[in-house]
Amino acid sequence: MATAQQVEVERPVIVARDLRKRYGEVEAVRGVDLAVGTGETFGFLGPNGAGKTTTISILCTLLTPTGGEAAVAGFDVVTERLDVRRHIGLVFQEPTLDEYLTAEENLRFHAELYGVPKPETRPRVEQVLRMVGLWDRRGHVVSTFSGGMKRRLEIARGLLHSPRVLFLDEPTVGLDPQTRAHIWSYIEELKRREQVTIFLTTHYMDEAEHCDRIAIIDDGRIAALDTPEALKASVGRDRVEIRTADDAAAIARLRERFALEASVAEGAVRVYVSGGAEFVPTLFAELGVPILSVNVAAPTLDDVFMAYTGRTIRDAEATATERLGNAAFMRRRRR
Amino acid sequence: MSAATLEVAPVRLAGGGWRDDARTIWVVWKRELIRFRRNRVRIVTSLAQPILFLFVLGTGLSSFVGSSRTSGIDYRTFVFPGVLTMTVLFTATFSAVSIVWDREFGFLREMLVAPARRGAIIVGKALGGATVATMQGCIMLALAGLVHIPYTIPLFAFLIGMMALAAFMLTAFGLMLASGIQQVESFQVVIQFFVMPMFFLAGALFPLAGLPLWLSFLTRIDPLAYAVDPMRRAVFRAVGVPAAAMAQLVPGISWFGWRVPTPLEVAIVAVLGVLLTVIAAFRFGRTE
Repeated sequence: MATAQQVEVERPVIVARDLRKRYGEVEAVRGVDLAVGTGETFGFLGPNGAGKTTTISILCTLLTPTGGEAAVAGFDVVTERLDVRRHIGLVFQEPTLDEYLTAEENLRFHAELYGVPKPETRPRVEQVLRMVGLWDRRGHVVSTFSGGMKRRLEIARGLLHSPRVLFLDEPTVGLDPQTRAHIWSYIEELKRREQVTIFLTTHYMDEAEHCDRIAIIDDGRIAALDTPEALKASVGRDRVEIRTADDAAAIARLRERFALEASVAEGAVRVYVSGGAEFVPTLFAELGVPILSVNVAAPTLDDVFMAYTGRTIRDAEATATERLGNAAFMRRRRR
Repeated sequence: MSAATLEVAPVRLAGGGWRDDARTIWVVWKRELIRFRRNRVRIVTSLAQPILFLFVLGTGLSSFVGSSRTSGIDYRTFVFPGVLTMTVLFTATFSAVSIVWDREFGFLREMLVAPARRGAIIVGKALGGATVATMQGCIMLALAGLVHIPYTIPLFAFLIGMMALAAFMLTAFGLMLASGIQQVESFQVVIQFFVMPMFFLAGALFPLAGLPLWLSFLTRIDPLAYAVDPMRRAVFRAVGVPAAAMAQLVPGISWFGWRVPTPLEVAIVAVLGVLLTVIAAFRFGRTE
């Protein structure tokens, strides 16, 4: 399996070396190396159960690694926990708001817990609430909020104490597409204003496109780490999909004439070739089977994931859940 | 001010040592009070049971027992300190459940990931729960006149102080149990196992005199008994109960024939409260 290339990062704010976490028999994280620069938006892309949440929990000081070391904002995640915590903001998958309190009370609680100085609390609360468009709802009890509003409030809270790094664990999971788009416009806006480093995990490919760099994590290891563009370029091949009158004949012909292994996906015959657009005229001239339509697409992160792990993210999800499912279940029972 | 013109103003965090702990305790305490104030239904419903005990059970028993057995004292006057303790007991243990609720609804994580020590979070919870339970007890205390107890400042100051200590001890006890528990259902099972025995053995409903050996042993190890005894003694003194009746109805708790003096009883409740808080903090600190 390919290992992550060590990229030199300017002013790193997160550094991890050979990070490992073992639960009994199962090693959920198996040697993760990474460096994230100040102001970067860094994405952890992988299926559920690949070790994303475990890694992020170690970086946030919520779990102790069983091997390796990591530092966030210059502080060790094991020996200087409170210092790390002062400099990070967290938004979890599951909601962590007090639903009996109002939006503003939730933020004030957070401000006091983190030691935001009294005179700065009021303007800062207003600032972050306006940023996520909830200032008008500040006096409302959180239980009256929609899922998207709660997530926005959590993001506002995560930013309240001006963290150096904002960790977002699956920031838009369970939200409808429109709300997801909204959340992303907030994230981009706050990044512009606060110059905060964002570290996020996701298993949505389109979400990963928002990142400056992506680490593809599979089976507890980093399989690839680069910018989305570079990763897509590294795949090197375009996806060509054709609809034909006779798919079976087309597949046979593609194998004989072009030595290409084709597959049928969503009613179309799919092949990967470099220079897809240039390939189309040849295809029409020499396939010998009538072509009804053709579609050429540059590689997506889906294709990247496929190229580096040999499976689609959905297939990977199924096996990872199987591998880790038991350990995660045991852990929950024991707590 | 429009959103577009907002300036970036990163805040600097105050930091360091006991100030952090004090702030954590303060903010956790304050949250308990806000939640209490907002839940009016809880305030009313948790008073229903003590009122039922005082006026239904109390009135029923007083006509059954007759005033001759209680040396002319109204049984409801006798049971009043017990009912105050009951109010505090129920509210305090209910407050302790909140930590399990917090875990189930995720808010506990917000506290656990903060740059705050877990011990401080527990102390804040214990003080918050104790304050809420004491306030609830004070509402009951306002009914004192209905059972012939005079409204005097020294008596009320002592009763409120004693309720506060008992509330602190009981919340800490609840937190100690709760800090290792994941589900609200399991906590309710565990706490039910303790609450009623603690209440009955404290001498809330009957005097701790002339009991069989096994029962008088159990009452002596019930920490709540050390709160009920001084409270009843104070009430009786204020009502002006004759010495003979006093000896019969408030015999006090004795260890091997030595009656435990009131200051020691108060100290036992207080020290136990601190001890249980420390244990709760320790247990809580070890959970992930």
